[in-house]
Amino acid sequence: MTTPSQALAPAERAVQLLGGDLSEVALRQHLEGLPTVDAVGLEARAASFGTRSIKTTSKAAALDTVIRMIDLTTLQGSDTRGKVRSLVAKALVPDASDPSTPRPAAVCVYGDMVGNAVEALGSAWSAGKDDGINVAAVATAFPSGRASIGVKLQDTRDAVAAGADEIDMVIDRGAFLEGNYGKVFDEIVQTKDACRRDDGTYAHLKVILETGELVTYDNVRRASWLSILAGGDFIKTSTGKVQPAATLPVTALMLQVVRDWERLTGERIGVKPAGGISTSKDAIKYLVAVAETCGEAWLDPHLFRFGASSLLNDVLLQRQKLTTGRYSGPDYVTID
Amino acid sequence: MATSKTSKTATATKAAATEATTARPAGSRAAARAASARLDVPKTYKLFIGGAFPRSESGRVTEVTDARGRFVANVAKASRKDAREAVRAARKAQPGWAGATAYNRGQVLYRVAEVLEGRKAQFVDELVQTSGLTAARAAKQVEAAIDLWVWHAGWTDKIAAIGGNANAVAGPYFNISVPEPTGVVAIIAPQSEGLLGLTSVVAPALVMGNSVVVVPGSAPLSAISLAEVLATSDMPGGVVNVLTGDAAELAPWLASHADVNALDLTGAGSLDWISLEQSAADTLKRVIRPEPGIAPETPQRILALTETKTIWHTKSRL
Repeated sequence: MTTPSQALAPAERAVQLLGGDLSEVALRQHLEGLPTVDAVGLEARAASFGTRSIKTTSKAAALDTVIRMIDLTTLQGSDTRGKVRSLVAKALVPDASDPSTPRPAAVCVYGDMVGNAVEALGSAWSAGKDDGINVAAVATAFPSGRASIGVKLQDTRDAVAAGADEIDMVIDRGAFLEGNYGKVFDEIVQTKDACRRDDGTYAHLKVILETGELVTYDNVRRASWLSILAGGDFIKTSTGKVQPAATLPVTALMLQVVRDWERLTGERIGVKPAGGISTSKDAIKYLVAVAETCGEAWLDPHLFRFGASSLLNDVLLQRQKLTTGRYSGPDYVTID
Repeated sequence: MATSKTSKTATATKAAATEATTARPAGSRAAARAASARLDVPKTYKLFIGGAFPRSESGRVTEVTDARGRFVANVAKASRKDAREAVRAARKAQPGWAGATAYNRGQVLYRVAEVLEGRKAQFVDELVQTSGLTAARAAKQVEAAIDLWVWHAGWTDKIAAIGGNANAVAGPYFNISVPEPTGVVAIIAPQSEGLLGLTSVVAPALVMGNSVVVVPGSAPLSAISLAEVLATSDMPGGVVNVLTGDAAELAPWLASHADVNALDLTGAGSLDWISLEQSAADTLKRVIRPEPGIAPETPQRILALTETKTIWHTKSRL
């Protein structure tokens, strides 16, 4: 369990921060040396994000920002090609009654559905560039992460080969809770490697911590730090399959980590809360958390995303209310 | 009725006065009297939304006074956001209520009458206190309301026989029309007749399986006490939602709300109900007008809040 240094694959960020002789011990000392989290303070701070008054034009801007940050998601065992097609159709035209509605950042599907999503997106697919809708795929034996490393890596490679622009991987929570940070680290590094495309570019790697299974805020901070060190481009709260999923305190904590990382290295890492955010009101609280923790520069789909399925409909209803001046209803948005 | 933002002033003063009385050091008889005197337990009448009793999101209340202008209670004053929450709750509850069998809905409506009967005294008290009716007349009105619940309970499994039909068609088909609930009904209840007026508009909407958002008229205390009865009568939470407050403020939001299917303006005679009806037309709502209106305690009132579903089925030739 405490295998020495050579077992760890090289990872640029970790080497720069912790030195060339990257060992499990060095990693452990670094992670366990992180300051502990003031849970009461964090929760009080998170609760205060809900008290801002955001009205009229600010609200309209916030709602559009939320839509642009959504990873429109379907992750069910019952997903069909038709379901993925209708998800993509919804991403292309979120609100048929208002063509000015922005599009979400990405659609998020299981790996075997990537090809269908790419096909359905057609010319709207970003294909690794910046002007279009990305296809994100969950990989590495999502949601449990309980499979051999070979299976996890092949899962990732298949999704990338099929055209996935973003890979949402899960960490091995069991290994993390055992204190086996090296194993978690190695898996992230190897998955990052598997995200490499033929032309040498990488699919964006989002690392799912599954904070609902990490038990403590201290663990969330360590796992966030570990994921960034191992090369993650995004840190993501949850799979959405475990309760509690994304919460405001956990997201605020992860935002603090990426803020600290930027102060330390100048590099910007993204954050993605996922699961359980289904109302515009909640989503706007997250935007406040982002703006007040990391600054407004972070209010960008490259740096913050919502993993959500039903959130989009609620935002559309609120948007319709702002445009028409009357309350809308579920008859005026799609049935997902 | 005077509106105030500070909800507890009157009760607080009252409580302080009582406290001063109990704290007074005095002779033994006075002390004994003070020991037996109870503090008032004043009640704040809150809204009824989704089976719960929340305060208004706005924090506003309206003071209810008795016939001589003395303070009786604070009643929550609903805002448009409370109306939005109420419609959301009603929408959520509606399929379950409509999906219950007609027999079961009848049982629940009858149960409302049963529970009302047991709490008759409270309703009589509230009416006497706030409307200045005599106890005898108030009792008569409450009894009439209870009877009206029973009357509607009886209709749940019979109304389809009046509103529906087996149609004769020019072909080998069974052709059957049946009434179905229209969905979420927003109601501006009559400004007079307190509990009876409220019952005369709410009960008919419930018979076929609609859910209701009601703005009560002159008897907000009775309306909230009725909500307490509904909450303990096996009526699923959200089927009836009560928004005490200013009808003129709430009605336009309910009339324009895209998720409301019908608008009962029976008690809106003093409002600008023509523009409410116009606003309801944008989303093709059914509207019951205040004039000439539909008489209470008639099957027509129940059928006014239904849609007709017609089914064609082939007749097999053996």
